Amino acid sequence: METQVAQVAMTVNGTPRRATVEPRKTLADTLREDFGLTGTHLGCEHGVCGACTVLVDGAAIRACLMFAVQADGSEVVTVEGLAPAGGGLSAVQRAFREEHGLQCGFCTPGFVVSLTAYLRDHPMPSGAELRDALSGNLCRCTGYQGIIAAARRAAGGMEDQ
Amino acid sequence: MTVAGRYVGQSVRRQEDPRLLTGHGRYVDDIVVPGMLHAAFVRSSVPHGLLRGVDTEAARALPGVAAVLTAAELHPGLHPMWQTMMGQDAPAAPFRPLADADVRYVGDPIALVVVESRYIAEDAAELVVADIEPLPPVLDTSAALGDTASLVHPELGSNLAGELPAAGSPELDAAFASAALVATETFHQHRYACVPMETRGLVAQWDPAGEQLTVWAATQGPHEFRAICGRVLGLPEPRIRVIMGDVGGGFGQKMFPMREEIAVVAATRQLGRPVKWIEDRNENLLGGGHAREEQMTVSVAADDAGHFTGVRVEQLENVGAYPFPGNGSTAMAGSMIFPGPYRIPALSYAARAVYTTTCGRCAYRGPWMMETVAREQMVDLLARRLGMDPLELRRRNVITAEDLPFTTASGMVYETVSPAQTLEQAAELIGYDAFRREQAAERERGRLLGIGLALYIEPSQSFGPLGTDGATVRLEPDGRVALVMGTASHGQSLETTMAQVVAEHLGCDLGDITFVQGDTAYVPYGAGTGGSRSAVVAAGAARQAALALRERIVTLAAAVLEAAPSDLEVASSAVGVRGDPASALPFAKLAGLAYFGHAALPEGAPVALEVTERFKAPPFTFSNACHAATVEVDATTGQVSILRYVVSEDCGVMINPMVVEGQIAGGVLQGIGGVLYEHMVYDGDGNPLTTTFLDYLLPTAAEAPAIEYGHVETASRLPGGAKGMGEGGAIASPPALANAINDALAPLGIHLTRQPMSPAAIVAALTP
Repeated sequence: METQVAQVAMTVNGTPRRATVEPRKTLADTLREDFGLTGTHLGCEHGVCGACTVLVDGAAIRACLMFAVQADGSEVVTVEGLAPAGGGLSAVQRAFREEHGLQCGFCTPGFVVSLTAYLRDHPMPSGAELRDALSGNLCRCTGYQGIIAAARRAAGGMEDQ
Repeated sequence: MTVAGRYVGQSVRRQEDPRLLTGHGRYVDDIVVPGMLHAAFVRSSVPHGLLRGVDTEAARALPGVAAVLTAAELHPGLHPMWQTMMGQDAPAAPFRPLADADVRYVGDPIALVVVESRYIAEDAAELVVADIEPLPPVLDTSAALGDTASLVHPELGSNLAGELPAAGSPELDAAFASAALVATETFHQHRYACVPMETRGLVAQWDPAGEQLTVWAATQGPHEFRAICGRVLGLPEPRIRVIMGDVGGGFGQKMFPMREEIAVVAATRQLGRPVKWIEDRNENLLGGGHAREEQMTVSVAADDAGHFTGVRVEQLENVGAYPFPGNGSTAMAGSMIFPGPYRIPALSYAARAVYTTTCGRCAYRGPWMMETVAREQMVDLLARRLGMDPLELRRRNVITAEDLPFTTASGMVYETVSPAQTLEQAAELIGYDAFRREQAAERERGRLLGIGLALYIEPSQSFGPLGTDGATVRLEPDGRVALVMGTASHGQSLETTMAQVVAEHLGCDLGDITFVQGDTAYVPYGAGTGGSRSAVVAAGAARQAALALRERIVTLAAAVLEAAPSDLEVASSAVGVRGDPASALPFAKLAGLAYFGHAALPEGAPVALEVTERFKAPPFTFSNACHAATVEVDATTGQVSILRYVVSEDCGVMINPMVVEGQIAGGVLQGIGGVLYEHMVYDGDGNPLTTTFLDYLLPTAAEAPAIEYGHVETASRLPGGAKGMGEGGAIASPPALANAINDALAPLGIHLTRQPMSPAAIVAALTP
């Protein structure tokens, strides 16, 4: 069996990156293995749990369902790229810490990336809209209480309902 | 209420969060070792059959394949496996890393493919062909008991995995003979699973020259992992180093290494190369361990006022093919805990556990919880037969403050529980009486509203090998503090709460503490994080070590200040004479004297500013809670909407209330998931049908009710006053919800005794 490979180039968290990958290699595995960005987690590898969510050209996508070759030429942002350059936490990350929105932390990068993209596009969501927006990511530890509270805090103290 | 300390009792924000929020956690799949190979398993696609042969030739020919190992290659030289908790002399539970002569469930690992890359490992696994001659599956627990022709484990001669015979008494017989009412019902719980968001996984590395094994593992207990590697491989424990980094949840599934993990460790030793295995989600749902599938028949004898006079329990557990730990039965724990929050004068508890050709049972958050699931549903059913409100029936039977100390019919001694207080607090918080009025009015309009209660008493498990834990507290040369513990926090926030305990009792600033756990080469022995032990056993060790170091630091400061130790006070990482702030010596100064300037110290001044302590806990410490839920059932669709959810909890002195509420919430959602959404389904032929997240439904944020909390704080007798509470949320939520659903359905004359209470199940019950 002859293995085909392809060259891919993309900007990841503001830095140009290149890799030689098999066409079947997922963006998630490329980020983790070729670029050393292990904050993108794989919880199901079939597009349900959302732990691998990253931004590709601004859109929140599941990096387990996209091949690296499909992201060729794109601008990719992972959880490692959300915090301010000087260190510290982003507003969404701060809200998660403040509201105990994480326990084991495995699903957390996906929630943080998803919510960051959602609030960028929907600055004034209702509580129900926030719950709906968060329902594409699975968490097994928190019962979602802290996550929903963090989302409300990050959205600017919006009340539920 | 206990007055909060500077740190203990405060909702301190977590130390572990910044790294986890920014993608800088270090989970097992993030570990890369030079020369590392990747493993994939070839698994059985049939539930039961004779393994006639395994053709590995095509797989071996694939470039990059280092080895394809079947039982014939992997098993020689391996020793028997047993878990510390079960003991070496427990009845032998069947164990083998890979299937050899036969397969015993769908997912049974047949071969291990070890390859240069994970992608090619999966290609190679697909090329392995197993020749299996099917046998009839063993699925029905009752039928399997009497079946000697079709055996899951032929070498055992029976499908009976374990048995707890009924221990009746004349008092019990008399109670039933003289009862005003005897109610009997069988409750069924379906199969569901732990489902941590991070699957199982490990990287194992054998150093042939030094004869040392290093394992990076997703585990809830590195020392238990090490012990089992030592037993199976016949290696001395100090030659094995097990390291856990961040671990993405466990809920019981990662308490003990299972067959796949042991196979990978055996493979790395055989091949002499590092091997990584990260379970995929399909494998995790198929073969990572299942839980909860059992039935319990409860007979209650009551007098005409509704007082319980005796209870008989019969339990039938489905433990699958290869349960972990031991034979997978939870009956011993269940029999001890069954009386729970009630005065039950006489009890008998009989149980049988049965092997089936399905995935084995593993521990899951409150593994014995069927006792509460059945007992609390039985209370509601009895109330209905008596024509009494379930709240009133609970009030008549619940253990009150005046009853304490109270010894249950199973011999458990309660000293500091408060079930009556949590019952009243939960009823008050949810507005029980007002809801009953609203319910009556809405029933007139055809709406099906219901309210459900569940009480429980939760044991912190610190008996036998679980009874001690260790902590090292070290003042470093710069005056900062290293806290090194035998814990295995994997979401429980111990990095924060244990530091709170040490800061409180050592007298240092919280920010000065760095927490280290999870490396058997460096940390004190620990029995693992599970069993709601940490607030009791681990915090006890942290407190004891902090106090011992504080005493040593005060002795040193007293020598330097030429003062009596009793005149000194410690605060904010400094020691000084009480009332004389100018005299205060910072910890950094004292550490500098001890490590570097000891020549100037008076004779006898301590220079060892490092203390290791082990804390020995009593076998059980009990917390308690009451859950209250209100629901609406849609009679057309069978949809259950949770209107409100209240938990009143008494876990003694809370180290960190934010963390306590987080533990409750996580458990409650797991229970809600179990009752309404999660179901590990096998078809009638023994094939699993729910092995992706498209079929096995976890609740999401859209299904999560807002959980409301009440706290009763009755200090335990332990130093520090804490009680464990990590499992209770998942124990009491299923019966609270089931009771609420049945209360809603009561006008229709329906009473469900089987879970899941999915829309389909409810519609089926509503359809004549």
